[in-house]
Amino acid sequence: MENSQKEKSNAKYSIIVPTYNERLNIALIVYLIFKHLPDVDFEIIVVDDGSPDGTQDIVKQLQQVYGENRILLRPRPRKLGLGTAYMHGLKHASGSFVVIMDADLSHHPKYLPSFIKKQMETGASIVTGTRYVKGGGVHGWNLMRKLTSRGANVLAQTFLWPGVSDLTGSFRLYQKSVLEDVISSCVSKGYVFQMEMIVRASRKGYHIEEVPITFVDRVYGISKLGGSEIVEYLKGLFYLLVTT
Amino acid sequence: MFGTLRKGFEFHLGTEIINIRIPSDGSRIDHELEASMIHVPFVSASVFCIHPRNDEMKHIVKIMALLVALSAIWISLLQISVIPDSYTWLLPLYFIITLGCYGLFMVGIGLMQFPTCPQEAILLQQDIIEAKDFLKTKGVDVGSD
Repeated sequence: MENSQKEKSNAKYSIIVPTYNERLNIALIVYLIFKHLPDVDFEIIVVDDGSPDGTQDIVKQLQQVYGENRILLRPRPRKLGLGTAYMHGLKHASGSFVVIMDADLSHHPKYLPSFIKKQMETGASIVTGTRYVKGGGVHGWNLMRKLTSRGANVLAQTFLWPGVSDLTGSFRLYQKSVLEDVISSCVSKGYVFQMEMIVRASRKGYHIEEVPITFVDRVYGISKLGGSEIVEYLKGLFYLLVTT
Repeated sequence: MFGTLRKGFEFHLGTEIINIRIPSDGSRIDHELEASMIHVPFVSASVFCIHPRNDEMKHIVKIMALLVALSAIWISLLQISVIPDSYTWLLPLYFIITLGCYGLFMVGIGLMQFPTCPQEAILLQQDIIEAKDFLKTKGVDVGSD
């Protein structure tokens, strides 16, 4: 077998995973991260918002298996929002790079090596996963979901000129200093927050790269997308149009 | 004139007045630069109000500048009468309709080309089984929730 020289990153990566009632998924995610990043120095920061289903107990069990220095449990008393969850995790992050991802298995850890590789190759400040290019994709979306997603994307591209193909995605790798800079200037909530982060980063001139990712809709858990979400999106879009 | 407009919104927005040369007697002109000047004061006033506090220009300013430039072209077309006035008055409407059609077209294209990955669901199920088996042996509680 040919022994190819694999470039190894010497940096430390902090993976922030916000959780709420992800008792089963968090264990699966942790296993998969360890499986797909065997030669990488990383830590997983679980920011749990007081899950009633015992997510934190499972994390403690995982800490016994993998080590308390690899899995950090930094809980909060109740649901306080995604943006503040990232900021909370960021305070405890010791790596020079920060990865944010969802705990519900819609983001598969097998793409983590491609994020790291892309960042090393291009020296980008942010690497964001995109579901909308060849090599990426979604599964488990009906026509309505695809239509709203595509419509939202076209609107955002037409009015915001963001420079990325997937605005609402939340599977991203940031340089720690870049994340700290961008997150301090964002005020939105939910997925508009994800949009605001990437648009503000784009306006500030940060080098952003994309990698294709696949997105399998929630295997365990309930998805949330309704009519009020569309209104929220349009309001968020207008806000971003005027303030960024 | 267009060169001036371009330069205006890149560097001098907020300080430069956008001028449109329109003959005051309604006659046709051969070359726009040779006609007499009429300011478009309301345009320059709105431009004066939007000046960025930092070095970077806000996105909305770029969009407004683009709209202003398009409006200027439209107004000058109305005055120059190269195209019959009845068509010229409807140009903004045509523009909006074209934009809407373009948007719908892009949505349709994107919908047709939407990348899907049914095999990923199967791979994910396999990963879940593998993860559960490993974690059970290590004493982590992976019963169904």
